[in-house]
Amino acid sequence: MIIAVIIGMALVTMIPRFIPAFIVDKINFPSWINRWLNAIPYAALGALIFPGVLSVKQDQPLIGLAGGLVAIALAFFGFNIILVVVGAIATVFLLTF
Amino acid sequence: MTSKAIQEKHTSTRLMMIQKGIAKGIPIMMGYLPVALTYGVLAKQAGMSIFEITLMSVLVFAGASQFMGAGMIAIGTGAVEIIIATFVLNFRHFVMSLSFMNRLRGINLKWKVPLSLGLTDETFSVASIHSEEAKQDKGTYFYAALMITAYFSWVFGSFLGGVLGDIIPETLSQSMGVALYAMFIGLLIPSVKKELKFGLIAVIAMLVNGIFSQFVDTGWAIVAGTLIGGATGIILLKEDPQ
Repeated sequence: MIIAVIIGMALVTMIPRFIPAFIVDKINFPSWINRWLNAIPYAALGALIFPGVLSVKQDQPLIGLAGGLVAIALAFFGFNIILVVVGAIATVFLLTF
Repeated sequence: MTSKAIQEKHTSTRLMMIQKGIAKGIPIMMGYLPVALTYGVLAKQAGMSIFEITLMSVLVFAGASQFMGAGMIAIGTGAVEIIIATFVLNFRHFVMSLSFMNRLRGINLKWKVPLSLGLTDETFSVASIHSEEAKQDKGTYFYAALMITAYFSWVFGSFLGGVLGDIIPETLSQSMGVALYAMFIGLLIPSVKKELKFGLIAVIAMLVNGIFSQFVDTGWAIVAGTLIGGATGIILLKEDPQ
């Protein structure tokens, strides 16, 4: 029974993932759609960061916010992304310890 | 040049792309391992077997929906409801895939289909920030190596979580929950430093997501934020010279 649920979940996840591979082979988009699609990564990053980052620690949005702000600062000063990640983890760890 | 020399050049470019892909996949791995471990533990508590826990990671490969799926299995939700909820939550990958596949236009369908199946929030974000590889020789190996690195850390972490149970102390695993957000921030900021308007697009998407998430499911709110935020790019961005 659980296996059937897993296969169902897999299908509804995989189909939307691969359909675009066929779409771009068939259709040439006008310039405005290309600009839209090129902006999608930045929009997706925004939507993935906020408000999700506030829920890192349940009921304490400020902790996630602090981790996020440290990440912004480290990234702004050009630190390697691994250090950005480690810095944010350390911040949250120290605040919840 | 002899054909052998050409052959060697191809191999070394391919190797370089694979190494680069793995290197760029390391931050994803750091984020995935603790999250996957937590998923494994949670799914075990939900009554799933190690085989089912791992199979879900192998076939679904989408973190948030797997947490939700395991949670719904635990409380005995019907299969159809779980599958519909998964569709809603993961539909954002359709939008992301359309954006990524549009970058890979010139590339053979034999590559595009497997690469599209490896798309998650994280692999999409890293792959999109490295869009120049799409035009380079053997660039597909870069994306494939990136996705395989992410995929294996996800599958392996889930399995380990199911086998070992709660091994990471709660404070640490909770702290590591910020890892993927920090990675998204670490990907976004350098682009914003280059072009402020990328930041504007992201902030609009954040606000739209924040507003929509008050009224609709998280999945739809992220889709709305991504689409509406991205739409501002129609005005803000110039066409990419391809």
